Parts: sequence; structure tokens; C-alpha cells
Amino acid sequence: MTPAGPPARPWALLAELTHACPLHCPYCSNPLELARRSGELRTEEWTDVLRQAAALGVVHTHLSGGEPLLRPDLERIVAAAEAAGVYTQLVTSGTGLDETRLTALRAAGLRSVQLSVQHSDAGAGDRIAGRPGAFAAKERAAALVRAAGLPLGLNVVLHRDNLDSVGELIDLGEAWGVDRVELANTQFYGWGLLNRAALLPTRDQLARARETVERRRERLAGRIDLVWVVPDYFDGVAKPCMGGWGAVSLTVTPDGAVLPCPAAASLPDLDPPNVRDHALAWIWDDSPAFNRYRGTDWPMTGPCGTCPRREEDFGGCRCQAYALTGDPTRTDPACALSPDHPLLRTLTDPESAPSSPPYVYRRPGASVP
Amino acid sequence: MTAAAATGWCPALAPALMLRHDPVRGADLLVLPERVVVLEGHAGQIVGLCDGTRTVAGIVGELAARFPGAPVAAEVPAFLDRLRGEGWLT
Repeated sequence: MTPAGPPARPWALLAELTHACPLHCPYCSNPLELARRSGELRTEEWTDVLRQAAALGVVHTHLSGGEPLLRPDLERIVAAAEAAGVYTQLVTSGTGLDETRLTALRAAGLRSVQLSVQHSDAGAGDRIAGRPGAFAAKERAAALVRAAGLPLGLNVVLHRDNLDSVGELIDLGEAWGVDRVELANTQFYGWGLLNRAALLPTRDQLARARETVERRRERLAGRIDLVWVVPDYFDGVAKPCMGGWGAVSLTVTPDGAVLPCPAAASLPDLDPPNVRDHALAWIWDDSPAFNRYRGTDWPMTGPCGTCPRREEDFGGCRCQAYALTGDPTRTDPACALSPDHPLLRTLTDPESAPSSPPYVYRRPGASVP
Repeated sequence: MTAAAATGWCPALAPALMLRHDPVRGADLLVLPERVVVLEGHAGQIVGLCDGTRTVAGIVGELAARFPGAPVAAEVPAFLDRLRGEGWLT
């Protein structure tokens, strides 16, 4: 049951500073309905959000997008976070990062950088990103970050077209001198769901990739942190998405909407509260949106109601339940105990022949047929 | 004698880390690029002395003065070794 009193304080804020991006990755975690630049929060609004977030308990912010470097005021936003005592990590494609910009960001208080990489091969990477030259820009960005002495992590979204190169991707991270490689199997929401037929791997691919990662993990122990984000379609276990609804972190979108997770904009009738209308503390503690699926004291349907795992996974991911069944209160179909799990088995069955449609690249309006 | 005490090592927080007091939770925190470590008890005060200028013996001395009677000499060097093993001190 949900304990009495106010909910636990949030630790982290994902700040989607803009949805504009030079890359067009077909699995982008931004919503299909991308926020317009004209509606973006202004510098002073982000400054206020970060101050409120710090007072609420946030100690860590991922400055993300889209591509946050497209915000000319990024340095001022970093400085605002630093002034509020919030640790900043820049989450970037690397495009647009030069020495002058990095020096300014560092002077403003930037603490670390996470760089996305699409593939270990430059041509394949550029094809997935939908931008010629993207890989070369990443290589330059990595070298700049290392030269500046900032901690650097690679973030790789894994799918059918790069899983067979996971070893080379880790080797690339080693060659670029990174501290961490996050290997995140595609989560199928928004753009990822739209492109699922092109991105879904096979069981064989995943099994081989897992073995490769475990071998690299032994070799790199103590030097590079390898993080494997599970492919929940295949594992039969639901994930406690975001550590629980409104439990650990919050997302602020470019136009000021506040969400328990970046995918939650897709849920029907959520009516996300906005920092332009409400104080962040009210949004976290009291808003209907943040309380709707918090903890386990909401009407879970399906087997979750009596399942001991409900205190660990909170019924899995609400966005996934909605995306696959049309009902956000159902057990996450990723769970093998879900009556809807066969929906995924038909997709992940070794017998199912994968089709390979072309990507629908992430571009404003591209998701509209 | 631990590895920490045996050398002239002057512990310093690794550049990726931030040590801060969290007034909301009333706790000292080590903030890393992807995680937050809550420091229990007086651990925050120990880490706070790791500024790259004090030797392990120097840190032990200051803490012994601050906390008379506490098992500082026995426990602090091992604690510093452990943090170095995590990559949090250099």
C-alpha cells in the first residue's frame, strides 16, 4: 500500500530542453507529437524549474532533448542548475559540440557528458541517425570531452541493425576512452513502436549479444562500466519503469509539461500539469497525473492484484500496457504472467519471420501517414 | 596497516564526483554521472577532508581531534581504500 504522508522526494530531473534535433533516429524517445520551438520554456523559466526542483530534492539533471546544444542559452541553464546545487549531465548527439562551446559549458559548471552512438561503423551509424557525417561529429565530440577531463559515457540504443556489432560498439567506447557504456535495448514506445517491425531483434541475436557483453564485462571490469538495459519484450519480466510512477524522477518537456516518464505523454486523459500553471512541488505531491499510478494503491487489473512482485515492479509500465492493450491499468504484457503476454510471444517467437520495412525517421509530422 | 596508510597518498575526490549536503533529506551525498550514493553517519565529513592536500595520516589526525575516543585510526584508512576501489577517490 502507499504509505501515508507525502511521497518520497524525487532524485532526478530529465530536462527535455528542445525537441529539435539534427538526427532522426527511428527509436527516438521523444513523443510522436514533437514540441514546437516557439513554445519552448525560456531561460528564466528553466532557471526557475531547476531552483524548484532542487528545493524538492532533485540532485541530478540530465540536460537532454532533442539536441540540447541547439539551445543557445544552454550555458545559462547549466549555470542555473549548478547554482541550485544540481549535478548536470549533458545528453547529446555530439553534433554542434566544439571546443569553444565545451569550454563555456564547463565554465558554467557542466559535470559530465553522455554521448549517443548508433553503430560502430560510420556508414551504418549515419544511416540509422539519418544524417551523413553524424558519426564523425561524435568521434570529435568524444575526443573534446576527454581532453576537457569530463567523465564520458556512451549511450547506444540496441536493435536489429546494431545488436550483431555490440562487441565492436564496446570496443569503440574503449578506444574513445569512455568511463561507461549504456547498452539500452530499444523500448517500444512512440517512434520505437512505430518502427517496431524494423527494429525488433531476433532471440538469437539477443542471446549472442548477451554473451558478447558478458565476455567484455570480465575484460573491462574496473575500467569501463557496462550497463545492459533489458529487452523486456523477450525476458518475460516487467520492468519497474522509471523506478515506479512518480517515485524517483520526473521529466519536464520543452513546453513545460511535467511527466513521470518521457513516454507518458502518450497516455489518454493524463492531462499533464505544466510548470507554467503550477508549482513543481504541487505537481509532484498532489497533481492527479503524478498520483494516478503511484505505488500499488491504484486499481491494478489482471494478476498484479495478488502478486507479490507488485511491490517491486508496480505492475510494470503503464505506457506499455496502454500501447499494447489500449488499457493503461492492465498488467504490462511484458510480464509472462500477463494474460496479454501472447501478444508479445507472437512477435518474439523464433518462428516469426522478421520483415524489414524502411525506417520512419523521426521528423516533425513524419508519424502522420 | 592498510594500503591507504602505507603510502604518501593524499586522497582527492575523483573529478566526476560531487560531494554535497542534501538539506531536503538531511544527508551527505556523493553524486556521480549516473547515480547518487547516500553517505551514512560521518562518512561525508571524512570525504570532505579528501581535498588532495592531506595525507591519510593527516585526515586521521583531524578526525581523531574532532571525535575523541572514536576508532578513527582503525577504520578510516580502510574506508578510504574502499572508496578508492570504487574509483571515487584518486
